[in-house]
Order: sequence, then structure tokens, then C-alpha cells
Amino acid sequence: MNILSLFVVVPVLTIVGILFTKDFKGARVVSAIGMSIQLVLAAALILMYLGARKAGVTDEMLWTADYTWFKSLNIHYAIGVDGIAVAMIGLTAIVVFAGIFASWEVEYLSREFFISLILLATGVFGFFISLDLFTMFLFYELAVIPMYLLIGVWGSGPKEASAMKLTLMLMGGSALLMVGLFGLYYNSAPDGGSLTWNILEIAKIKIPVEAQRFFFPFTFIGFGILGALFPFHTWSPDGHASAPTAVSMLHAGVLMKLGGYGCFRVAMFLMPEAANEMAWIFIILTTISVVYGAFGAIWQKDLKFINAYSSVSHCGLVIFALLMMNQTAMDGAILQMISHGLMTALFFALIGMIYGRTHTRNITEMGGLMKVIPFLAVVYMIAGFASLGLPGLSGFVAEMTVFVGSFQHQDTFHRVVTIIAASSIVITAVYILRVVGMILLGPVKDPHHLELTDAKWFERLSTITLVLSVAAIGIAPLWLSDMIQASLEPIVAKLTVFNPF
Amino acid sequence: MTGFEYTILIPLIPLAIFLITGLLGMKWKPAVSGILGTAGMGTSFLLSVITAISYFFGGHGEAGFSPIIPANITWLKLTETLHIKMGVLLDPISVMMLVVITTVSFMVHIYSLGYMKGEKGFARFYAFLSLFSFSMLGLVLATNIFQMYIFWELVGVSSFLLIGFYYEKPSAVAASKKAFIVTRFADLGFLIGILILSFITGTFDFDQLTNPQASVFGGAASLGFMGISAMTWAMVLIFIGGAGKSAMFPLHIWLPDAMEGPTPVSALIHAATMVVAGVFLVARMFPVFHFQAPDALEVVAWVGGFTSLFAAVIAITQFDIKRVLAFSTLSQLGYMMLALGVSGYGGEEGLGYMASMFHLFTHAMFKALLFLGAGSIIHAVHSNYMYDMGGLRKYMPITHITFLIACLTIAGVPPLSGFFSKDEILVAAFNHNKILFGIEYLVAGLTAFYMFRLYFNVFWGKDRHYHHTPHESPLTMSIPLMFLAVASVFAGFLPFSELVTSDAKPFETEMHLMIAVPSVLIGLVGIFFAWLLYKKESRVPDAIAAKFGILYKATYNKFYFDEIYLFVTKKIIFNYISRPVAWFDRHIIDGFMVGIGLVTEKTSYLIKGMQSGQLQHYAFAFVAGTLALVLSILYFL
Amino acid sequence: MIQGIPIYHFLVVSTLMFFIGVCGFIIRRNLITMLMAVELILNSVNINFVVFNRYLYPDQLQGHFFSLFIVGIAAAEAAVAIALIINIYRRINNIEVENVNEMKF
Repeated sequence: MNILSLFVVVPVLTIVGILFTKDFKGARVVSAIGMSIQLVLAAALILMYLGARKAGVTDEMLWTADYTWFKSLNIHYAIGVDGIAVAMIGLTAIVVFAGIFASWEVEYLSREFFISLILLATGVFGFFISLDLFTMFLFYELAVIPMYLLIGVWGSGPKEASAMKLTLMLMGGSALLMVGLFGLYYNSAPDGGSLTWNILEIAKIKIPVEAQRFFFPFTFIGFGILGALFPFHTWSPDGHASAPTAVSMLHAGVLMKLGGYGCFRVAMFLMPEAANEMAWIFIILTTISVVYGAFGAIWQKDLKFINAYSSVSHCGLVIFALLMMNQTAMDGAILQMISHGLMTALFFALIGMIYGRTHTRNITEMGGLMKVIPFLAVVYMIAGFASLGLPGLSGFVAEMTVFVGSFQHQDTFHRVVTIIAASSIVITAVYILRVVGMILLGPVKDPHHLELTDAKWFERLSTITLVLSVAAIGIAPLWLSDMIQASLEPIVAKLTVFNPF
Repeated sequence: MTGFEYTILIPLIPLAIFLITGLLGMKWKPAVSGILGTAGMGTSFLLSVITAISYFFGGHGEAGFSPIIPANITWLKLTETLHIKMGVLLDPISVMMLVVITTVSFMVHIYSLGYMKGEKGFARFYAFLSLFSFSMLGLVLATNIFQMYIFWELVGVSSFLLIGFYYEKPSAVAASKKAFIVTRFADLGFLIGILILSFITGTFDFDQLTNPQASVFGGAASLGFMGISAMTWAMVLIFIGGAGKSAMFPLHIWLPDAMEGPTPVSALIHAATMVVAGVFLVARMFPVFHFQAPDALEVVAWVGGFTSLFAAVIAITQFDIKRVLAFSTLSQLGYMMLALGVSGYGGEEGLGYMASMFHLFTHAMFKALLFLGAGSIIHAVHSNYMYDMGGLRKYMPITHITFLIACLTIAGVPPLSGFFSKDEILVAAFNHNKILFGIEYLVAGLTAFYMFRLYFNVFWGKDRHYHHTPHESPLTMSIPLMFLAVASVFAGFLPFSELVTSDAKPFETEMHLMIAVPSVLIGLVGIFFAWLLYKKESRVPDAIAAKFGILYKATYNKFYFDEIYLFVTKKIIFNYISRPVAWFDRHIIDGFMVGIGLVTEKTSYLIKGMQSGQLQHYAFAFVAGTLALVLSILYFL
Repeated sequence: MIQGIPIYHFLVVSTLMFFIGVCGFIIRRNLITMLMAVELILNSVNINFVVFNRYLYPDQLQGHFFSLFIVGIAAAEAAVAIALIINIYRRINNIEVENVNEMKF
């Protein structure tokens, strides 16, 4: 079997395995085994990919496979990966692995919980390996829909309302997206011939510019909503605040990346002229969201809200950099996706663990946690430092690549917005240090907190996995960056051929 | 190859120790971490000294000391030409900085064995010290400006961690936060400066940027923004980065608060090493400043000059001995910046550059000595305030003598080292601009005055009520004091003009009696006034203070810059920007999204009556609809 | 065709039956009567099938078969409907259609 199909098959088998378990202990063990296999597979995939490239394989996509499953509409199960998809698969595998351990103590309907969680993961893996727009969309929906159940059933606070808001907004995005994808499909053979959903084949032809102008906004905004594009980001604070730990992790860590990935792999790659024409609108929107998200985070009191707004800011930077349309900036965007995925998953894991102990997420009610739960506090600080871009952790690499890349643009407008976006690093420092100062440092505010216990083994495993990944990228980014840059070449080439600047 | 490959170990040893101590330190006895850290730092110190000796005295060619790059690996490729590398660059200033950093750091490591004894988090302290040493060494050895920026940030974070070492103390937390945010703000300037510079030149590497014959600035002249050339913008922004770390006015506000950290930390980071990073940065980029952006260099000079005066004035009124020293540091850093700002390039012209580096060196020694001495005093009397001290010369003879030496050095009394370096700066300022020169003369007097105010208040006067009789500090603390005192005395005789110069070529300096004699006299006058006012308990200082009224109060409150900082952060950012943004997001944007949902819900409420549950209504609607359709089709077709 | 009876005669009858059925379905309140009205509608369609088959394609039989199917299905439907009606009667003690309005909104 094609190695890529394994990424869908293993989660499905895990789900089947969970069906045969009796209680929550069995369910979590099976999930952990399944996702560990997935992690190993992902690591193997990365190594194999690097090996193949080193051996001189120059195909755009590796391990391609193609099966028709719906003939009359020419829908295929077409798969294949390049360096970017490989990196995203690696990210997903790490986050899902950590997520399983972060939800080790879910006892309420735990089999159903793990099934939904892994179903979501299946969707994400499927999305990243797909080359067929329809199949990709199918997996996309598969990733979004379990979210409703996960938040609505296992969430906290106003969970039903949040779940509905999140799902409806994302469904709204899907609706736009579907229009865009149909537009692509029906324009995929402008000179006659059979229509196709295959990304690589559509990329070879030139979609008529009128059609691009019409369908680009649908596709871009459709994916952008999932990528927290301003002003369609408001599902994020509510959704994250109500979601259970692992779901927040997966959602902010991976699902939001689906949006960014789709934005360039589908919207920009397939409709380059329209992308070039309309980029400025979205650049302004994302510049706003970078700064605005950061300012929004300063005022919040709920830890998850702070992180949700910080995600708006960081994910804004992803789309911002994508729209700069040069290799370095786009490389930075992908790095930022990975880096943000890892560190925000880490954040949400920690917030869940802290909440599980203190039963509050209000930062004004906590203080001095460094003294009582040093392990979690130190990891929280590391996550904070990653978020504010400390060298040696992944955030720095990503942000610097974005800024340097964006600033290389020959156009003054792009350089000015880069400077504005760069100012977010100061604002980020303000809110991160505010939180760290309030909840971790200082005297212990609530005497009950003195009796808290530090992280258990599964919590340590979950957080250490993420910390190590964040640090690994931060210390040795070259291999990852090279892998991404090489894969970006065809995309950038297609984008710059039509570049009016 | 070059014979200097081992220098890569100088930063790596502290890094290894940081990792080991950070991960395992909690499980050991505290002393183990301390000794391990000290031993590691000692090794780095020895290696640095060996490097310095073999570099400076290994001979040099006609072109002076040439830079050596023993190691350089690509860390990240950004574009075809812009590569971030990690490497080791040895040239006169980096080798000098190696010696400064490892010396002071080693001394502080030894000193802390005594000072921090019994503190909770002893291992953590040593881990952070090692982290800091690693970052600082990485910073000075950087082969390119981006590597420098990377370590610059790391230095900032280690400073944050060490200032906030007593993390249960709210004031320490606030101070560490402030230090980080203010320097971060400055770093933004640095970053944008790097962006502009790399955009123009297409390179990060110092060997291309700082080469006077550099061809990378080809396209620079045509670029500009708001009537100022792009290079000037870039260099001013880079200087803002340096000004943030070196606490130049108006970004100085974090440094006095940073004294919340343990005293050895203040000595290492906030006196001798990290705060000179800004000076080092300007020195490192000096050829670029000089050839491409002379206007920016003028800014450097004036900011430096103003800071030195401003800080010296504030230092007179402070009572917390560490704060007096902090403002004194500010003032001395101002000197160094000014010296760079007034300097020219090459030979005699580059006197200011040489003087700045010279002063950096001597200042590191005597200011570290002052801080460690202050630490020793605080250790003995458990207070930071002068009015809790007095007559300590009887109890702490070693501290007393070394502190006196340091005070005399900073006051510029010959033949102590401060005299030589300060004299060179004054000469350089005199050659460049008479106003700046005048300011520096005044500052020299003020410096002597406030230092001896401190000295007399602490060591003379009458005894206070001490909790227990003050005692001399243990040997671990007094050995570093003595070592640094010796260094302060003799550092002035180092032939700096033959070693560290702007174009790496040696030149001869001479004593300018016309300038040196008055400066010494001004110093002595300052000391005399301090003796007059503070030798004995007297009402005179209070009376003078009362006379100045508002002016005194403003100075005592550091001209209200902290309040401005608080106003900007708390009021403007927090209340006037962030709060409306959060409100706007919740109520307008989210309100709009929720509004869409509400409209849908309301519409459905309005039309749901049509689902009456009456079968015949449905049937009727169905039939009527069918008929209407059929009829309309018949009619229209 | 069938000894001079024009097709219209059959069609008029079936149309009348159809609309009588529709009217009955809409107007009558009794469920049994409504069921009878539905039978009328079905049978009017049956007539159409048979007639058209006979007049247009006399050599084929599909129309006849189809009406046989409909008769069969109508029988099944009547059985289900009467079962439902009996159950409704047991529940609410009458078979007036206005009272069967649980499924709304």
C-alpha cells in the first residue's frame, strides 16, 4: 500500500479498535498506540522524503497514487506529497499524539471522545495528502464536523452555543469554498476536454482571468475563515474557550493550518492572476489582524481567550506572509504554521492542565504558580518565550523568515506593512509577560493553590513532546526550511510569472 | 587552520553547563551546581585569556590586526544571498570583549558562591548565569548582524530571568517585565534596521558590511524616506536597538529597576557586560556609521552626551546605593556612546573609538568592583539604603579599601585606570564638539561628587542600628573584590591604542595635559564637596535639597520617566488601545456575526407558523402551488 | 377507437375523478374519507394509464401493468393508512384530521 494511504488507514483502524474496547482505559490505550504508530510513520515519511530528495528525485509530488471513485464527476482519490505537506503531516502527527496524552483522563463517554478526536485527525491527514480538490474538500469537512460534537459534548462553559457558532461559521466558510471549488472544476478545461479536480492538472492550465476574479475571493475567504482571517475570526475565542483541551490543541494547532495551507495550495496556486490582483486587500486585512489580535489579547482575562487572540495574530501573519508571494516569505509562512501549531498546542495543553488543577482560567485569580507547580510553570514560560519569538525556539525562526522575506519586496507598500506587522513582536511580549507575571510569578494568590500537585507522567509526555519539537525547529531550522523552500519553487514560479510588480 | 578553533568552546562551555544545571541542578546539592558553573566559567576565562594573548601578541601584518573567523556554519538560508550563519569572529574588539565578559563573569561566579549561599534556587541562579554568559559571548563573537540579533534577544531573556530571580517578589517581577518590554521595543528598532540594511546590501555578514572598501552599499544613495537617506534610517534604528540595551535616554528607565535582581547579577549584567552590548554594537558597526550614515553618528554622540549628564544629575539624589550605581552606569555608558559618536575613522582620527573601547574595558572592571562591593555591604547590613549605613570602614576593611579604589578610579584620579580612559574620551570630544566636551567636564565633576557622597555616607559617618554587627564578607566574596581592584588600578596601563583601534592599526597616543589636568582637578573638586557635605552627619545636604524644591523632587523622582512609562503602558496601550480593541471585537465584529445568526433565527420564527401541522393546509398549498406552476408554464410558453 | 368512444370521454371522467379526489382530500375532515379521496386520485391516474396505453400504443402493455402495480400499492397503502387511523383513534378517540397536528414547527 502507498505509504500516504496509511495515514488515513491507521486512524480508521484505530477507531475500529476503540469500538472493541470496554472502558476508558482501553480506549485511551488503543488511541495512544494508534497515534504513536502515526507519529512513527510521520517521522519515517519525513526521513524518506529527505532521502528521496537527496537521491535526486525531482518530481513535484512524491508517492502519488490515483484511484477514481466517482466516475461521472471525475472525482479521484489522488494523493501525493511535497515537502510542505510532509512538514504539515509531521506537525499533525505530533499534535495529535500530544493531544491524546493531554486528554488521558477524559472519562465521560471516553470511547466516543477518542473516536471523534481521531476522526478529526483522519480528516486532517487526508486533507494534507490529497491532490484532488473534491477529495480534499471531503476530508476538510470530515475534519470540521467532529468539532461540533467534541465541543458540544465534552466542552465547558457555554459549550453548545460556542460549538454552534464555531461550526456554523466554518460551515459558512465551507459554503464559500464549495462555490470556489466548483468554479475551479468547471473552468478546469477552458479549451475543451474533460474537466478535472486534480490540483496538478489544473495548475498546468490557465483558468480564464474573469473566472479567477470571481472565484478567488470565494476560495480564499472560504479557507481564510478557518485560518482566522480578520474579520472572520470570532469563532476562535469562543470555540477555544469552550473546547476541551485536546480539541483546542488540535483545532488551533492543526485545523487552523488547513486554512492557511488551502489558501496557497488551492486559492493562490491555481488562480495566480487573481491572487496578484487582490493580494493588497487581504494584505491589509491580515496586517490588521496581526496587530489587532495582539492588542486584543492584552485586555483578556481568560487564558484561553488570550491564546485565541494570540492565534489570530499569529495566523494572520501566516496569511500575510503567503500574500507576499516570494519564496522567503512563503517559507516563513509555512514555518510559522508549524511553529504556531506546535506552540499553541503546547499552550492549550498547559492551560487545560492548569485549569484542571485550579479550576479557573481567570488570570486575576491565579498567582505564584511557579512555586507550586514548577514543571508546568516552566513549560508555560518556554511556550510563552516561543510565542514572543525567542531565538532557539521555533517562533523566532518563523517570524524572522517572514519579516526578512516580506521586506525584500520591491514595493514600498509591502515594506511598510511589514514594519507594521513586525511591531507585533513588542505587543506579543507585553501580553505574554503580563500573563506569565500574573499567574506564574509573584506570591501565591489563592491559598488553595498551595496544595496543587505537579504534572503527571502523561502530562509530562505530552508537553515534553511539544517542547522538544519547538526547540528542535528553533535550534536547527535549516533542514526544514530547505525542504519547504524547495517545494515552494513551482508555486512561487507560477505566482511570479504574473507578478505585476 | 587558523589555530583558533578552540575559541568555539568559550561560549559552548557555559551553554553545556546551563543545560546540565538547568535539567539536573534541582537534584544535586546546591554547591555542586555552583562549583560546576564556576569551574566552567574559569575554563572559558582561561581560554579567553589565551586567545587574547595569542591574538594580540602573536604579531600582526601591515594592515593591523586582521579578523579571523575560525568557525562559521550556515544556520538558516533566507534568500539566495541572505544567509544567517553561526560562527566565531575574532577581531580586536571581540577579543577584548571576550576578556571582559569572562573575567567579570568568572569573578561573579566566585563571588556568588558566597553571596547566594543558602538562597533557594541556587542551582537555578547558576544555570541562568551560564545562560547569560553563553548568550553574551555568542553576541560578541557574532560573525554577522543577524547572529548578533539572535544572541541579543537571548541576552535580553537571560537578563529578564535574572532580574526576576526572586520571582515571588512583585517588584522584581515588575522590574523584569519592564526591562524586557523596554528593550524589546528597542529591539524592534534594531530588527527594522537590520531589515533595511539587509534590503540595501543583501548581506548580513560583518566582513562585508564593515569593510571600508565595501561595495555592498551601491544602491543605498538613491533610497530614502521622508527626506532622510535609507542608510541613516537604518543606522539610527540599529542605534535604537543599542540604546535600548545600553539604557540610553529615553530608554534608560528599565536599568534602575533592574537592580531588583541579586547584586552579582547587577554587577555582571547591568554594569559590566550586557549594558555595554549597545556600545559594542555601535563599535561593531562603526565603519558603516562613519562612512554611510555620519548623521546617525551625530545622533549617537548627542544621545550619549545627554544621557551621561542626565543620569549623573539623578545619581546625586538617590539613596538606594544600587540605584546610585545604576545611574552611574548610565552616565558612564553615555560617555562611551559619546566617544564613539565623536570619533573619526583610522589612526589618530579614531581616538574616540579607541577611547570608548578603553573606557568600556576599565569601566567593566571598576563598575563590577563597585557593584560587588555594594553587594558585600548589602550582605552585611541587609539594606539597600544609605541611611541605614554608616561607619562601615571599621567592620569591613577589605570592602572599604576596594570600594575606595573603585571610587577613585571612576572619579578619574591618576594613575588609576579610569583616569586614562576618561582622558582619551575628553580629548576626542574636545576635537569634535566643544559643547559636548563641556558637558563631559561637568559630568566628570558630578561623577566624583556622587560617588564620594555614596562612599562617605556608607563608610564614614556614625554607626546605625544594625541587626547584628556588620562583618567582613567571606573569602569567596573578597577575592573577586581584590582581583577586580587590582585590575582597576592597572588596567590603565594597557597599551590600548596599539591593540583596539577603529581600523585595527596601532597608533600612538599622548597625554594632553591641557585637558587632563583640569579634568583631574574637577574630579578632586567633586570629591572635596562630597567630603564637605557628607563626611560628618550634617543638615546641609537636606537644606540644599529643600532649597531646590521642585527641581530636587523632579530629580529624585528621576524626572518622572517611570510615570511616563506607566502612563504609556497602563493607560494608552492597556486602556485606550487594547480595551477598545477587545470591546470592538466582542461587540462589533462578533456582534455582526452573531447578528447574522439572530436574523436567521428571527426570520424562522416569523415564518414557522406556516408549518401548522394541519395536513390539509399542506395539501392545499401543494395543489395550489402545482396549479400555479402549471398555469404559469402554460401561459408563458 | 373503442367502438367510436373518443379518448376525451375517458379523460374527462378521470380528470373529474382526480379533482373530486383532491377536493375531498382538502375539504373533508374525516381521515377515512380522506383516504377514500386518495383512492379516487389513484384510480383516476389508473384510468389515464390504461386509456393512453390503449389509444397510443395498443400493441404494448406497460400501462396496464403500471395500473396493476398502482392497485397493488393502493391496497398496501390502504392497509397501512387504516392501521394508522385505528391507532390514532385509540389515542385521541376520534379521527378528525385537525386533531392530528402534533408534527408542527
